[in-house]
Amino acid sequence: MLTMKYGEALRLAMTEEMERDPNVFICGEEVGQYQGTFRVTQGMLERFGSSRVVDTPISEAAIVGLVTGAAMAGLRPIAEMMTFSFALVAMDQIVNHTAKISYMSGGQVKVPVVIRGPAGTGNQLSAQHSQSLESWYSHIPGLKVVMPATPNDARGLLKSAIRDDNPVIFMEHAGLYGMRGDLNEDPEYLIPFGQAHIMLEGTDVTIVSYSHMVNTCYRAAEQISREQNISCEVIDLRTLVPLDVDTIIKSVRKTHRVVVAHEEAINVGFGAELASRIYELAFDDLDSPIERVAGPDVPMPYAKNLERAAIPHDSDVIAAVKRVVNLV
Amino acid sequence: MGKLAVRESSDSFPFDAQEGLSLYRLMRIIRRCEEPLNRIYREGKIGGYLHLYIGQEAVAAGLIPLLRADDYILSAYRDHGHAIARGVDPKRIVAELYGRVTGCSRGKGGSMHIYDADRNFLGGYGIVGGVVPLAVGVGFAIKYRGGDQVCVCFFGDGAMNQGAVHEALNMASLFKVPCLFVLENNGYAMGTAVERHSAVTDFIQRVSYGYGIASERVDGMDLVEVREVVERAIAYIRKRTAPYFIEAECYRYAGHGFSDTAQQQKTYRSDEEIERWKRRDPIEIFGQRLRDAGILTSSDEEEIDAEARRIADEAIGYAENSPEPPMDELYEGVFSEE
Ligand SMILES: Cc1ncc(C[n+]2csc(CCOP(=O)(O)OP(=O)(O)O)c2C)c(N)n1
Ligand SMILES: [Mg+2]
Repeated sequence: MLTMKYGEALRLAMTEEMERDPNVFICGEEVGQYQGTFRVTQGMLERFGSSRVVDTPISEAAIVGLVTGAAMAGLRPIAEMMTFSFALVAMDQIVNHTAKISYMSGGQVKVPVVIRGPAGTGNQLSAQHSQSLESWYSHIPGLKVVMPATPNDARGLLKSAIRDDNPVIFMEHAGLYGMRGDLNEDPEYLIPFGQAHIMLEGTDVTIVSYSHMVNTCYRAAEQISREQNISCEVIDLRTLVPLDVDTIIKSVRKTHRVVVAHEEAINVGFGAELASRIYELAFDDLDSPIERVAGPDVPMPYAKNLERAAIPHDSDVIAAVKRVVNLV
Repeated sequence: MGKLAVRESSDSFPFDAQEGLSLYRLMRIIRRCEEPLNRIYREGKIGGYLHLYIGQEAVAAGLIPLLRADDYILSAYRDHGHAIARGVDPKRIVAELYGRVTGCSRGKGGSMHIYDADRNFLGGYGIVGGVVPLAVGVGFAIKYRGGDQVCVCFFGDGAMNQGAVHEALNMASLFKVPCLFVLENNGYAMGTAVERHSAVTDFIQRVSYGYGIASERVDGMDLVEVREVVERAIAYIRKRTAPYFIEAECYRYAGHGFSDTAQQQKTYRSDEEIERWKRRDPIEIFGQRLRDAGILTSSDEEEIDAEARRIADEAIGYAENSPEPPMDELYEGVFSEE
């Protein structure tokens, strides 16, 4: 069994794909000589050289333009955003260019890029470095949005992202880089997009989540099963676009109760979309209103106690599960 | 503005007569194809924004025919002239403006987003300056593969104040990508004159000093001069694999877009200024050079003009008779099929 950290699994995926396809290269701030801000690209410069592991200036718009143009001309670039908070500087390139070129060109030009990097909250990084904005990207037609929660998924999904012919927003979680896990040994192991993973099977409540938060949900589900004998089914979406609606609905038809959970702020967060889809497709199957677990609508505070209150934890998930089964 | 002195024509014609005639013909076609568009827009057959290239033809015609088929071109939203010069069929361009499925982007891009992947014409872009980072990426890909192609990127003077453009110019120079940046300085960004939008209006200085890119200014109304500079630029780029920047001083005769009417234009420029520039008409200047060299006779001229009108009429007829996109086109192309 191959065991490694989430960050190492990402590196393995990129390394394998760069070995396999000379059109794949990576660029971004500090990806080369510095060995990566979060060490995800460690050793890759030595292995592939500076023409394929490209250090860039702090110019996010130009980085995204660079990979988009290179993809239009036939390469398969990966852009590392130092964090997704900085991708905001490149939003015009991502939204108005990268995402729309296939459609605007009547399907003539494809844009196989991966824009990846850490997203999410935590570590007292406060308002400008700690946030979750996956709904923004999910809202843009033409972008696929991937948010792996485990080392095995990180590798399998990143390999699929690199081979995909479309722009992929690949949001890692800084809090997961050190997470250890078992990996599939097959170097051709790819996880297709749009296939959610049932992390834990259950019968009473469906919990839908993704990224770091799904691990929180998993822990919460185990605890509530022990303490209250409530059986939760935990679904890891893995990709928000495309969304595996079937797996969600199938589970809802079984449990009749749903909690959706994410780190990003509740207002117009991805949970709103999930709840809406479930209401549209399985309203009659629901025994109680859908519960949302999400960050509050505040910029991320710095102070430890306030930050803790601004990021959903196991206890928030447990409380939501109790509400949805009318225990409180 | 009137900053350009009328320049002397050189005595002997500087290049092949046949080539000269074909470039003259190209400029005529670009203009004749665009002239009816405002009228058609008024009739409601074209929607969205419509930005005409009329007055700037010498830049496209002086540059694009010098490219190889495997070179790349990207443009902004004032892109019809560039596309026609690249050999994109005017029929498919006008059909695109009409929103027909036979248009070059299947009716889904419109005037501002002309694409022809077969000709490495990688699109027009509507966000001011947004195209420049893309072009650097195309240039990067060329270099990555060890090719000697050139990626040409057209944009306006207004783009010179966009952050992304400066990020991209710096990166282009840092990575030495084979890009030819072509700033078509027509004196205005919409209704804002260059002096009102740029603290330093010497763009050559800004780019060469600021980013270390070889830069040159040219009279964009004179095809012969454009061609001379472009030949030098392309040779430089292919030889050194490094970027080059050309500022072509030119002028748009029409309003910024359809809604910038003659009345509206009075808020920022005078009729007298427009007339002054029209006296330096690029087609006339080049035509005069050809006549002086005995290459263009008046019967040639009539013939070429008749042909250009015919091409324009045929393009309009083609668009009129083309079907709208079928409804299943709505969802097609959002993602590329694997
Ligand atoms: C980012 C952005 N801001 C504003 C606009 C609206 N707009 C479209 S064209 C234009 C003027 C641009 O002038 P210039 O770059 O000189 O090009 P020209 O129209 O003269 O060819 C403006 C303000 C836009 N399309 N994009
Ligand atoms: Mg202008």
